[in-house]
Amino acid sequence: MNVLPFIVLAYAAGVLVPAAFALAAWARLRRAERRLAAIDPRAQRGQGRRK
Amino acid sequence: MEPAAAPPATAPSVRGGRRVHLFANPGRFLRFSGRLLPWLASGGIVLSAVGLFWGAFIAPPDWQQGEAARIMYVHVPSAWVALSGYCALAAASAASLVWRHPLADLAAAEIGPVGAAAAGLCLVSGSLWGKPMWGAWWVWDARLTSMLVLFFLYLGHIALVRAFDEPTRGHRAGAILALIGAVDLPIIHFSVVWWNTLHQGNSLGLFSAPTIYISMLWPLLITALGYSLGFVAIVIARLRAAILERRLASLLSVRAADGGKTMQGGAVPIAGMGAG
Repeated sequence: MNVLPFIVLAYAAGVLVPAAFALAAWARLRRAERRLAAIDPRAQRGQGRRK
Repeated sequence: MEPAAAPPATAPSVRGGRRVHLFANPGRFLRFSGRLLPWLASGGIVLSAVGLFWGAFIAPPDWQQGEAARIMYVHVPSAWVALSGYCALAAASAASLVWRHPLADLAAAEIGPVGAAAAGLCLVSGSLWGKPMWGAWWVWDARLTSMLVLFFLYLGHIALVRAFDEPTRGHRAGAILALIGAVDLPIIHFSVVWWNTLHQGNSLGLFSAPTIYISMLWPLLITALGYSLGFVAIVIARLRAAILERRLASLLSVRAADGGKTMQGGAVPIAGMGAG
């Protein structure tokens, strides 16, 4: 049996699933920071981010 | 004579509890995690990439399973992350029930989906490994079944936390489920010892020498460390976003109540968390 497709699928899942979660978390964080900064300028210096 | 001041209602009775409260302060958490997150994320990406590349192209094939054993470099780290993620979920749930701190509730709620993804990845990669080796996508083996139960525990926790109109009740119910479900962790670990399973035994143990060849062990450990850092980074990013979303909701509700006058000056608490 050719095992290459199984290996490729496993590695694709092993890269894509964490990458999707990381991108989704990053986008959600940026969106929350942007929305908060838009209504409260103090939030830009109060979130622990070094600008 | 004035009466002695009563201790605050949330004061922990033990020194360890004070430490937990110190780190559970949302403002302090945001400042600390803001500095930590880039390091965790970059470390997770680099180590995962190095480990996966090493496992796919440099590590030798297994003498018995051949090239199919390369799936191990995805399967085993995702299993470790799923198990350690559930430990973190149970710890956050215990902190939530004991100290009733909303940050512990938020942490548990944000760990759940990421842990479920890790458990799902473990099951899928295991299935992709099992088909060429065992001739079956799935067998009702003790290790596989207990891992499937862990996946369902994660899903149950996600559903339960969101099942109530009042978030606090959902977090309490989820915390109880998470603590009860923790009994599955030793079952998963010892399933290959307690029962005669088709799944192979543990190759690594805390108190025993590894039974895996060193040139396969290094990429496995590097990938596991990279996945673990990535898991922590994703959870922290989600937790930061959840805290900011709560702060945003508080600000909007205060603005709605005051007609937009109280935004620039006074401290506005994060909903249910104090000023931070």
